[in-house]
Amino acid sequence: MNKIESNKGWLFVLPVFIVVAFSAVIPLMTVVNYSVQDVFDANTRFFTGTEWYRTMLNDPQLQGALIRQFIFSFTILAIEVPLGIMVALMMPKKGWQASLSLVLVSLPLLIPLNVVGTIWQIFTRTDIGLMGWGVRELGYAYNISRNSGDAWATIILMDVWHWTPLIALLCYSGLRAIPEAYYQAARIDRASRWAVFRYIQLPKLTNVLVIGVLIRFMDSFMIYAEPFVLTGGGPGSSTTFLSQALTAMAIGQFDLGPAAAFSIIYFLIILAVSFVFYTTIMHMQKDKTTQKTGDS
Amino acid sequence: MAQITLKSLAHTYSANPKGPEDYAIREMQHVWEQGGAYALLGPSGCGKSTLLNIISGLLEPSDGDILFDDTRVNKLKPEQRNIAQVFQFPVVYDTMTVFENLAFPLRNIGVPEHKVKSKVYEVAEVLELTEQLNRKAKGLSADQKQKVSMGRGLVRDDVSAILFDEPLTVIDPQLKWKLRRKLKQIHKQFNTTMVYVTHDQLEASTFADKIALMYEGQIVQFGTPRELFESPKHTFVGYFIGSPGMNFITPELTDRGLEFEGQLMPVADKMVAHLRQSGITNIKLGIRPEFVHVWTEANDDAFEVTIQDIEDLGTYRIMSFRFGSIPMKARLHEDQKVPDKKARVSFPEQWLKVYADEYLLELPHE
Repeated sequence: MNKIESNKGWLFVLPVFIVVAFSAVIPLMTVVNYSVQDVFDANTRFFTGTEWYRTMLNDPQLQGALIRQFIFSFTILAIEVPLGIMVALMMPKKGWQASLSLVLVSLPLLIPLNVVGTIWQIFTRTDIGLMGWGVRELGYAYNISRNSGDAWATIILMDVWHWTPLIALLCYSGLRAIPEAYYQAARIDRASRWAVFRYIQLPKLTNVLVIGVLIRFMDSFMIYAEPFVLTGGGPGSSTTFLSQALTAMAIGQFDLGPAAAFSIIYFLIILAVSFVFYTTIMHMQKDKTTQKTGDS
Repeated sequence: MAQITLKSLAHTYSANPKGPEDYAIREMQHVWEQGGAYALLGPSGCGKSTLLNIISGLLEPSDGDILFDDTRVNKLKPEQRNIAQVFQFPVVYDTMTVFENLAFPLRNIGVPEHKVKSKVYEVAEVLELTEQLNRKAKGLSADQKQKVSMGRGLVRDDVSAILFDEPLTVIDPQLKWKLRRKLKQIHKQFNTTMVYVTHDQLEASTFADKIALMYEGQIVQFGTPRELFESPKHTFVGYFIGSPGMNFITPELTDRGLEFEGQLMPVADKMVAHLRQSGITNIKLGIRPEFVHVWTEANDDAFEVTIQDIEDLGTYRIMSFRFGSIPMKARLHEDQKVPDKKARVSFPEQWLKVYADEYLLELPHE
């Protein structure tokens, strides 16, 4: 077969290439540029090399934010994934109940992030907020601006409320894709409810769960608006996560160099964790296939 | 092991059926004997899958009873009926190995592990899966997966019947044949009642001792493949079984006998007399292409017909011709000489079947 040499194809890719360049590559390069310089004003700047990176990695404030960030992300994943699966399993399969439950479950996802923060800020107020008032009436001295434990618990609760529906919807679609014959075969094999979940539903959910966990990890790692509105990062800096620490540095103090260096580090962490997670899962699946062909 | 009896069984999906056309299964009496190999054959939408699901217990019939031996099982769930079912698409537990798949139904009912092992090895041996036992089920080919899902039905000793719902749909043609033979062998070895649903007459006749042919929610004929071929009880059986199907003509009852476009048909006098007496108006005559006799020379019994087309199918040929205004087909042997444009054909009396209101009319022998 003769392959026709033509570079016209590049023309079709060009628009996307330009859009991606302006939306991602150029801004990212600007950040890289800032991260290796000390900028005083438009005309005065010095090349600093890796100095900002070293400073940032040794900054106790950012180290604290990073640790908090990891604890936060893994906590919400540990709650949202099992809970999302459970919700999906309990949702009705057909009829108007299915449509209704889909709408109800999706509602939190439709609310803008800062509005979520505001809703919860009011919700947890001890004078007029239902939850804040209720908990206090129950005899617990609930206070998210004084007690960091309360602040943490509230932020996690808020995130679970806001994002569990995403996992639930993904799982629900995954569950719907399982042919009825599997359930019928399981009944005939007298599989227990747990066995049906363990051997039919869970394996078929692996793919959607990988997507769900990735999305939730990246999103939660970049969480900004909700805790900012709800606790402002406090009390103290107990709920200051990475993006808020970064914003404070870049916009509040206008330390562009260190902030840029930190952005790069931040970006690389997300990239690395996502990459490791994804390749591990894919490798686990691949392992099974090679093992199969290997011993045949 | 059980005999399965359908007693005045009918099923409708509608809440308030108005007539027989609302029924997916019209009222039927039927017995599947213990140890038989049966096929449930019919076109898409004839109700065969519905009937199978009623037998397996996935569906509860709206009318009538279903009995396993003498026990009414209408309300029993599949797991309580001890039935095994093989589905159209192979169902395996992906994350388990083949061994674990086969052991699954046994472990679920708490069979001791050493017995599980021996039983699984026995079944794997029969199904030729021994080498794959330690492999994950996910990577198996479609036919191996189908064998695994079959095997899960075979490992249980107490299984009353194995039901197959078009199990070879996703299997490659060359493997279909192998698997079908395997099924027959398994049937002999385990002596379990097997009901095999299919729309493929070849599959049905190679697998089953007896075929139940379904049409519009009814079993129109239940018999051996040969019976279905030689004396179809219903015009639909004639049309559906055989390739090509039966030829049908609509004769008129005159003073001379049964006439078709001026030609007298070779039908026994007794039959003609019976038809006159009964006053049936919907009369059809049917003859299989295999039984149409083609003559090379003129003959007293033969009618002259116009040949339209000869189709060569390798070991035999199909001659299409016009008998009066009706297109018909006849099967010719490989080396049979074919006349050019005009041929002479005759319809042997014993193979010319009379259908009254679509059902075969047979007179009692005296």
